[in-house]
Amino acid sequence: MVHHVAAARIGCLTTPPELNPGNPSPYMTCAMQLAGKMKYKDYYQILGVDRNAGADEIKKAYRKLAHKFHPDISKEKNAKEKFQEVGAAYETLKNTEKRAAYDQLGSGHQAGQDFEPPPGWASQFVHHGGSGQSGFDNIDLSDLFASLSGGGRRGGMGGGKFPIPGQDFEVAAQITLEQAACGTELDINLSVPEYDGSGLPRRVPRVFKARIAKGASEGQRLRLAGKGGKGLNGGRDGYLWLTISIAPHALFRADGHDLYVDLPLAPWEAVLGTTVEVPTLNGAVRLKIPAGSTAGQKMRLAGRGLPKPHDGQGNLYAVIQISVPTVPTDRERELLGQLAAESKFDPRRHFNREKSVA
Amino acid sequence: MKIEITDAVWLDDRLRYTLAELADLSGLAESDVAQLVDYGAFVIDERAGMDVSFCGASVDLARVAGRLRRDFDLDAGGLALMLSLLQRIQELEAQLRAVHARVLPTLPL
Repeated sequence: MVHHVAAARIGCLTTPPELNPGNPSPYMTCAMQLAGKMKYKDYYQILGVDRNAGADEIKKAYRKLAHKFHPDISKEKNAKEKFQEVGAAYETLKNTEKRAAYDQLGSGHQAGQDFEPPPGWASQFVHHGGSGQSGFDNIDLSDLFASLSGGGRRGGMGGGKFPIPGQDFEVAAQITLEQAACGTELDINLSVPEYDGSGLPRRVPRVFKARIAKGASEGQRLRLAGKGGKGLNGGRDGYLWLTISIAPHALFRADGHDLYVDLPLAPWEAVLGTTVEVPTLNGAVRLKIPAGSTAGQKMRLAGRGLPKPHDGQGNLYAVIQISVPTVPTDRERELLGQLAAESKFDPRRHFNREKSVA
Repeated sequence: MKIEITDAVWLDDRLRYTLAELADLSGLAESDVAQLVDYGAFVIDERAGMDVSFCGASVDLARVAGRLRRDFDLDAGGLALMLSLLQRIQELEAQLRAVHARVLPTLPL
């Protein structure tokens, strides 16, 4: 089987791990995102509430924003990222202990600003964590608060002894029609939280390839076992869920595994019939056009669409369009004038025949 | 640096999932899945000689159900209704994509 190695354009996540686009220098992008101080996030501002807001007000604000940005129901731009922010803010502020820990970070920071928790904060809220000079480097604030159990201790590693499955990651990947037809390997380049020796959830790069067999179509969902977050206390590792979208193609439009291509014909080709070359994903084929073809008619090229995942093949439909010379030569104009004078063809005769029925 | 290659598993009608697997993959409790089956949100594969099983499309739907339940705290009835409406929207979007593929190449969906 031929596989194209794709640096696929990959979209966003619904879960905290950051996915780095599969651009020409994905490792550099990854390293740049990982290096640095923790960034402050203003959870009150994200939820649009005052710092003194009560639990009911916080819940109400969350529900309103969740309805607006939930990725399963929202069509808002960047809905996933916004919902992720809103969810992380609510998870922290709805819990009394976490909210207290968050409030003790101080209120003088700007959103996105590098910051360090005040001295003593880590020993009060994070078991073992944050003791070194760069104790909070490469840590996402949301990961940190997600790892707090809510009782002032870390819940991520130490806590209970019952198995906890790893977090699932959601990834959207765009591939080309050619990649869908032949199969491909996607470069997956993630930045995910993993607990370090001191129990802090540090962002680390995770790079691997996902082999996608031929036959993907728009919206196809795929599952990669063991590529999500690490399980705890013997729990299974999480899954990585891929959603495939097909990039627009210059010639072909996909509907499931069927493809459509516009086939422009000159008026005389449509009237008299002809044989033309039609592009397919596997090279051009010759197609006989019957005399009297009209615009909008579809000609089916069986089995020339996208392959289906396990067997079978979609069809290619050539949609006839009638193209005219917009700047005819003198000779063309003369011949068309003769045709106009001779022809009895009336393309609008049904205008007089088809009256409305009372 | 050696880069590991992982095969992706298709979520389609070729593979079947048990109720326990559906619950595990979606984060729903088995009792939640059973309730959603009662509401008609998931279709059971009732081929003779098989245990209760679900197709790959049900996994996707169950994961949506798991997220909606977690994020909106919906009961099974509300969840089933929401899933049904979301499926209807997906069907209409697919029909719209199909129409665009056939006749309206320049219009974005």
